[in-house]
Amino acid sequence: MKNDRPKTIGPAAKSSSFGECPLPITGHETVQLAHGSGGKMMNQLIDQLFIWAFDNEHLNQLDDQALLKITANRLAFSTDSFVVDPIFFPGGDIGELAVNGTVNDVAMCGATPRYLSAGFIIEEGFPLTDLKRIVISMREAARQAGVKIVTGDTKVVNKGQCDKIFINTAGIGLQENDFQISSHNLRPGDNLIVSGSLADHGMAILSRREGLAFETPVQSDTAALNGLIKQILLAGGDAVHAMRDPTRGGLAATLNEFAGNAHVGIKIVQTRVPVKKEVAAACEILGLDPLYVANEGKLVVAVAEARAQAVLEAMQAHDLGADSAIIGKVFSENPGAVHVQTPIGAWRILDMLVGEQLPRIC
Amino acid sequence: MKYLDEYRNPEIARRILDEIHQAATKPWVIMEICGGQTHSILKNGIDQLLPEQIELVHGPGCPVCVTPLEQIDKALAIASRDDVIFASFGDMLRVPGSKKDLLMVKSEGGDVRIVYSTLDAVDLARKNPDKNVVFFAVGFETTAPNNAMAVWQAHKEGLKNFSILVSHVLVPPAMTSLLSSPDNRVQGYLAAGHVCTIMGWEEYIPIAEKYKAPIVVTGFEPIDILEGILMTVKQLESGSAIVENQYSRIVHRQGNRPAQELIAKVFRVSNRKWRGIGEIPESGLVLAPEFKAHDAEILFEMSDLKVEEPAECISGPVLIGQKKPYECEAFGTTCTPQTPLGATMVSTEGACSAYYLYNRPAPKGGITAENEKNEK
Repeated sequence: MKNDRPKTIGPAAKSSSFGECPLPITGHETVQLAHGSGGKMMNQLIDQLFIWAFDNEHLNQLDDQALLKITANRLAFSTDSFVVDPIFFPGGDIGELAVNGTVNDVAMCGATPRYLSAGFIIEEGFPLTDLKRIVISMREAARQAGVKIVTGDTKVVNKGQCDKIFINTAGIGLQENDFQISSHNLRPGDNLIVSGSLADHGMAILSRREGLAFETPVQSDTAALNGLIKQILLAGGDAVHAMRDPTRGGLAATLNEFAGNAHVGIKIVQTRVPVKKEVAAACEILGLDPLYVANEGKLVVAVAEARAQAVLEAMQAHDLGADSAIIGKVFSENPGAVHVQTPIGAWRILDMLVGEQLPRIC
Repeated sequence: MKYLDEYRNPEIARRILDEIHQAATKPWVIMEICGGQTHSILKNGIDQLLPEQIELVHGPGCPVCVTPLEQIDKALAIASRDDVIFASFGDMLRVPGSKKDLLMVKSEGGDVRIVYSTLDAVDLARKNPDKNVVFFAVGFETTAPNNAMAVWQAHKEGLKNFSILVSHVLVPPAMTSLLSSPDNRVQGYLAAGHVCTIMGWEEYIPIAEKYKAPIVVTGFEPIDILEGILMTVKQLESGSAIVENQYSRIVHRQGNRPAQELIAKVFRVSNRKWRGIGEIPESGLVLAPEFKAHDAEILFEMSDLKVEEPAECISGPVLIGQKKPYECEAFGTTCTPQTPLGATMVSTEGACSAYYLYNRPAPKGGITAENEKNEK
C-alpha cells in the first residue's frame, strides 16, 4: 500500500470521557498481515488501539498474561467465539455481542463477571475504521457490564481465510454465594420465567441479511444480563434453581436442555411467550418459529413456585426485564420432554432444532 | 397481524370444533393434500381436538417428499461438477440421495447455493458467465410459475448458462390416482390452498363428481383447517360431493390466469414418477421443446439414471395415507430428522417429520387435568 502520509481512522477525533484517540496508528487504512506478525506494527496496533480503548492496570502491563488477585468462593469461567454476519447489525455489532455473550454465560450461574480476554482473528484488508468501531463498542459494553478486558491476542490471516473479523472472548466471574444454579437443578413445581420478548436478535440479523425492512425495525436485544441477574438473586435467593440465556436454538433448545439435564418434564403455554409484533411478522415472512430463534439479551430462569412472583416482579422492575413473563412450569411427568400448549388448547412436543436454522447468527 | 391473528383465535377454534362435534355422526376419513396443512394440523394439535370419528390422513402434497430418488442423485451429480453453481431452495439440501445429500456435496467443495427465488438463480447466471447455473425446480403448481418465469427470462436474455433440473408434479392427477386405487380409504379432501391460488378450483369439479368425494379448498391456519374439516364433514353427512372454497380470501375459482399461461408456455404435461408412489400418468411437467436448451437433464446427460429406494422405508404408504408414520418400525428409532431414511422424515412438510416434531410419542399419561389447572 503506498501511503506516505499517516491517515486518521474513525470519525474525526473528539474529546470524550475516554480520552482522545491517539490514532493515526500505522499509516494504513486497513489491517495488514504485519499487524498480526509480532513486530512493530502489531505493537503499534496493540498500543494505540487496544490499550487505548480497554485501558486497565492488568492489560497495560503488556505481559503475556494478566495476573489477577482473586478471593472468591468459586470461579466461573466460560468462553465463546463470535462469527456473526453481518458484523454490524441493527441494535449492535460483533464487538458488543462478544462482550455481552461471555458476560452472560459467566453470569448465568449467579457469578459476578469481572475479567474478559479478547482474541481477534482479522482478515487482511479489514478497514481499521471498522476495527476501531468494534473495539470502542467492546469498551462500552465492558464498561456497562462492569468487566475489564485484561488480556488479548490478535492474528491476521490472508484475504479469504476468514470473513472480515472473528472474535473470541473468555470470561472469569466470582461466585460469592453458595447457590447451586444449574440446568441439572430444576425441580418439579418450579416456575419458568423469561425476561422479555424472544427472537429479537436472530430476526434482526436475518432481516438485515435478507434486506427486509419493516415499519418498526427489528433490533437485536444484545445486552449484558448480570445486572438483571443480581436483582433475580436478591428476590429469589436459593429458590433460583436454573438460569440460561436462550441463544442459538432459542427457547426450545434451552428448555430441552433443562428437561434433559434435570430429568424433569416441562410444560409451557405458547400464548404466554412474549414476542414483539414486528418480530412475529418477520418470523412469519421467513417461515421461522420464534421459539427456535436466537436471543442475545434474554434469560430464562427456573424458580421455586413460592418465590416466583417475587422474582417476576423484581425482573419487571429492571430495564432489561420489563416484559418478563411466567411461561410455564416444571413437572415430574414426562422427564426429558418439553410440551407446549398451542393457542387452540391442544398440547404438542417442543423439540430441539434439527440441523442449522441460521448459520453465523452470533 | 391482520389475516393471521383472527385465523388463530382460540374462541373461534373452539366454536368450530363444537360444530364439527355436532355435525359428525359417522366415521369419516378426510385427507389433507398439502404437507403445509399436515404440519399445521400437528403443530397446533388439531387432530387431538377432533371427534374420534374423524380420521385425518396425510396426503402426498410435500414436493420435497415426492421428488424421486433418481432426481436427487441427478442433482448431486450435477452439483459435484466444477463448472456448476447449483442453486436450490434450502429444504432440498438435506434430502438424502442414494449415498449423500447436497450439504455433503457442498462440504466436499461443490458450489451449492441456497436461493429464496428462482430469479436469484437467474441473477447468479448473469453474474457468473463462466459457470453453469442449475436451479433445482422442485414443486407443485405453486412454484411452477416462478420457475417458468426464470426459464422464460433466461431464454429471452440468451443466458445459455442457466438451466433447471425439473421435478415438477401436479396435484389433481395424484388425487385421482388415490381415489381410483382399490385400497383407497379417503372419502373427502382438503385441497391445497396455495396450489389453488395459482390453478383455481375448476379442475377439481370432475374429480368430486366422478368419485363422489367432497373437495374443500382449504388454507393453512388452524381456523382455516377447522373450517375446511367442518365443510367436508357437513358434505359427507349430507351425501353431497361438490367443490367448495374455504380459502376464498386468497383463492378464486379461475385462479391466477397469467401464471397459468406462463406455465403453459414454458412447460408441457408429462408422466412423472412420484417418490414412494410410482409413476402417475400426466402428473408432472417437463420443459417445452423450445426451452430444452435450459433443461439440465439434457445438458448434463442425466436422463438414464435409475436407482432403488431403501426397502425399510414406508414413505410410500405414508404419502398416500394408508399408514401413519408411527406404524413404521424405523420411526423415531433408526429414522429421525437427523438420520432420515426417507423423504417424509426430511422435509419439514413431510408427515413423518411432523409427527416426530410435534407428536412423539403420544404423551404418556397425557397432560393431567391437575397439570392443566396448575397451568391456568
